[in-house]
Amino acid sequence: MTDTAGVSPSASQPEPTSDSKSVEEAAARAGQQQGGLALLRTSAGRNLGLVLALVLVCIAGFVTSGSQFANLDNALTILRLASVIGVVSIGMTFVIIGGGIDLSVGAIVALASVWCTTLATQRMAEDTHWTMMVFSALAVGLGCGLVNGLLISYGGVVPFIATLAMLAAARGYAEILAQRRTQLVSVSEFLDFFRIDVLGVPMLVLIFVVVSAIGWVVLNRTTFGRRTLAVGGNPEAARLAGINIKRHTVMLYALLGLCCGIAALMITARTTTGASTHGLLYELDAIAAVVIGGTLLSGGRGTIVGTVLGVLIFGVLNNVFVQNDLSSSAQAVAKGVIIVAAVLLQQRFARQSSSSP
Amino acid sequence: MSVSTLPRRRRLLTGVATLAVSAVVLTGCTSNEPEPTGDTGGGTENAASSNDDTGETVTIGFSGPAADHGWLAAINSSAQAEAEKYEDIDFQTAEGTNDPSAQIAQVETFINNKVDAIVLLPTDGAALTDVAIKAMDAGIPVINVDREFSSPFAARTTILGDNYGMGVSAGTYACQLIEDNDIADPVIAEIAGIDSLPLTQDRSQGFKDALEACDQEVDNRVAAEFTVESGNEAAANLLQAEDKIDIIWNHDDDQGVGVKAAFDDAGRDEFFFIGGAGSKNAMQWIKDGEMEATVLYPPTQAADGIRLARLIAQDKGMSDLVQVEVPKRIVLNAPVVNADNVDQYFDLGFES
Repeated sequence: MTDTAGVSPSASQPEPTSDSKSVEEAAARAGQQQGGLALLRTSAGRNLGLVLALVLVCIAGFVTSGSQFANLDNALTILRLASVIGVVSIGMTFVIIGGGIDLSVGAIVALASVWCTTLATQRMAEDTHWTMMVFSALAVGLGCGLVNGLLISYGGVVPFIATLAMLAAARGYAEILAQRRTQLVSVSEFLDFFRIDVLGVPMLVLIFVVVSAIGWVVLNRTTFGRRTLAVGGNPEAARLAGINIKRHTVMLYALLGLCCGIAALMITARTTTGASTHGLLYELDAIAAVVIGGTLLSGGRGTIVGTVLGVLIFGVLNNVFVQNDLSSSAQAVAKGVIIVAAVLLQQRFARQSSSSP
Repeated sequence: MSVSTLPRRRRLLTGVATLAVSAVVLTGCTSNEPEPTGDTGGGTENAASSNDDTGETVTIGFSGPAADHGWLAAINSSAQAEAEKYEDIDFQTAEGTNDPSAQIAQVETFINNKVDAIVLLPTDGAALTDVAIKAMDAGIPVINVDREFSSPFAARTTILGDNYGMGVSAGTYACQLIEDNDIADPVIAEIAGIDSLPLTQDRSQGFKDALEACDQEVDNRVAAEFTVESGNEAAANLLQAEDKIDIIWNHDDDQGVGVKAAFDDAGRDEFFFIGGAGSKNAMQWIKDGEMEATVLYPPTQAADGIRLARLIAQDKGMSDLVQVEVPKRIVLNAPVVNADNVDQYFDLGFES
């Protein structure tokens, strides 16, 4: 259901315009070497492994902390903390499915958060409208993503190197702008908007839900999503099918940059500050969530639901460890074990379900 | 084909136009210059002493880690400011770095330049010990600030804050709060900094030891990473672990901004909130009644180091002591700042 390959040619297509559509689909499917049917069968199995891991972590929390763990307030806290890295992970899913990688997400989050909280931006926001801060963070994120994409597509720089350069440059520039200080947000309308609850759900969680939903629709129900799978799975076939691979790659990185801009706004609101230390090691957290979510690092296959589950598993794990007063070092070990266990589980489920008739 | 390219081109044009407008608006946003405010300066004069009188000009080299958080930024800026107060100091400062080998190179440059004294806040005490001994052997006194060398031969004078003492101060203050407020069976929580650093372990040990003195212990301990974001996350999870907390000690006021945001988010303020380091934010919260107290870890150590370097290079002693030479080792006190004495310490607070 959630697997992208499950989109059969007869599934609803919102914009049936170009006649090269069927060719693109063929390319998308060619990218998935086992073919659509086998993957459809394994998709449930893959996510089942993740759901099982999530349930196990939750049971561990409930057994050790009881009602202190299993209450609505705690659930919302876990979700609110997971939502920032969640939004980044959704964007990362697209880039990785498209055969790329982005190491600069944390640095872009830092730069965008600093840019939208400088005194100049805040003064401008007070003089005009608080959404000025939103606009500047999104524009900075998008801009950085575009630079990444252009360097990779048209500059011919390997994604690993191009985004490594962005990682260093963006965080360095954030430090220069902020003069390595923590910038407090004084525009109260900005904080109010991001910190209210809508029907009992914190705004940050709501943003995560909306971004995930949009991500799912785009990946599974649009030409853009199908092209992403095709580009990552078999670039040569995609190119022969008439997809402009370079332009598509630029769009993927720009999209991730935009997600980083959104995440920067969320972290700025959550901590009421912009700082060059925001988003440290987000690249690793996001890639870990995406990969245990079943997305192939080599591209061509992946799901949004898997990524969301991956993000939640780490979020719950954090919470369970603090509830039990365990050290952060023990937590790091557990994280490593969980990554390996989840991937092994997935492979097992995938093999079982693909061998069954 | 031509039919489909037209709207595409138009879309591209609008895209470029939007980007251009964004760029214009955004470039205005990078400035961080505050609105001009009155600047108050001026050092504290020691009336009874002639030590502050201009003497022979001495060259002092200063090297410290990259100022990647508020406390270190304050270390650097206060050292700079202190040096500028004295006409007889020729101040040479090296760009802050977190790379020990780069810092070793900086100290070697100072030795080659034959400076009169070196003030060194090492990125890593052990790694810089060798080059400090080299400077001492060359006849240049080294003033070791905050992070200690591994050999007693590496420094003429060592000046440092007291991390264990910070924990003790916080713990003793917590005991006092428990007694004054008659809290039965108190829940005590601790938000530490980077757990792998010796300074964090020292702070926690001091806190634990002081609490033991009044038969208490830490019920819940989480570790953050000295950043706002990590403090926010640790505090949010911590609040979920206990329904009611009586006392929280947060090691570091830089991460405290995030900690405070988490408290506000959860709508929790039933506990006494004690901070650490002594930032301007924290002191303002204490003034506003939003924070109980903070334990100082003075960001003026390097500034004191500059003063000591000047005295040593000019062959002067500390005039308030009978002894004619500058002492070998100075450990700064870690006082508790609360509503009663915050005005006295406010100017020492550093910007996060």
